[in-house]
Amino acid sequence: MYAALWRVLPGPIWVRVILVLILLLAVLAVLATWVYPWIDSIINNQEATVGGS
Amino acid sequence: MIVSKRPRRAKSGRISAVGVLGELLMTSAALVLLFLGWQLWWNDMLMANSQSSAARQISQDWIDSNLSTPEPVPSVDPAEPSAEAIAVGYGAPIVAAVPANATAFAVLYVPRFGVDYRRTIAEGTGHDVLNSNRLGIGHYEGTEMPGAVGNFAVAAHRSAFGGGMHLINELQLGDAIYVQTADGYYTYRYRDTEYVAPSQVQVLASVPNNPDATAVDRIITLTSCNPLYSTAERIIAYGVLESWQPLAAGAPVELAPIIAAQG
Repeated sequence: MYAALWRVLPGPIWVRVILVLILLLAVLAVLATWVYPWIDSIINNQEATVGGS
Repeated sequence: MIVSKRPRRAKSGRISAVGVLGELLMTSAALVLLFLGWQLWWNDMLMANSQSSAARQISQDWIDSNLSTPEPVPSVDPAEPSAEAIAVGYGAPIVAAVPANATAFAVLYVPRFGVDYRRTIAEGTGHDVLNSNRLGIGHYEGTEMPGAVGNFAVAAHRSAFGGGMHLINELQLGDAIYVQTADGYYTYRYRDTEYVAPSQVQVLASVPNNPDATAVDRIITLTSCNPLYSTAERIIAYGVLESWQPLAAGAPVELAPIIAAQG
């Protein structure tokens, strides 16, 4: 899977490394901005109160 | 001579199902770890910052709208030790009416939590308060308001969601717990801590753990999760009201530089 991605990327190794880093950062940004807040709102079960209100 | 011709690993296009499965599993493991990092560190930090600046805004608005009020003169010399320790010259503390749910009515300052620590206290302990970007500390419904005889009980997260009570276990005897409202500053002194089961609502009683007793003291109760990063127990910290002063009288001595720095 990731090997295939590596082969698809163009250019010499250093270009591919930079591209991979950019892709990684893009994935992290999407996770932190949309995906994780959404998951957080679903599992939201961390109670801090007594009596479980 | 026999040369064994081992088949070379496919270098092009061939993708094995097991390989993909392995990579997917490792990817999901990484995603889960990243989520924990996001929740406990990154988002916690973002929420702490936004809760803190929201609290600064509210506190400063109260102070600004009180600038025109003339400074009240204490009726007795504060240096003179008084039998009525609570009065300290300004009479009985003003006790505000209970506001609507999720309405901000106070700002909490605890120097032990850091000189730049401040959090908004709002009515109710639902997710709309505790998990909010601009609130963070919830006032238990049915418990007393700041300054009142009885128990002013609040809750906040220990970790994540801005971690309003992250350092609650570091309070030391006599530490100041300041509650600022639109009316004034309520100075509580930390007294003790206990660890209870999440079901032990008696800690919220007007006389904590003694629901049938008649309240005499003015208590503040801070509740949060324990141990850190767990919700197995609750950590309960108690303080007692030491003094009260109206907003126009300015902040208490220890709090004044903290208030001045936030402006």
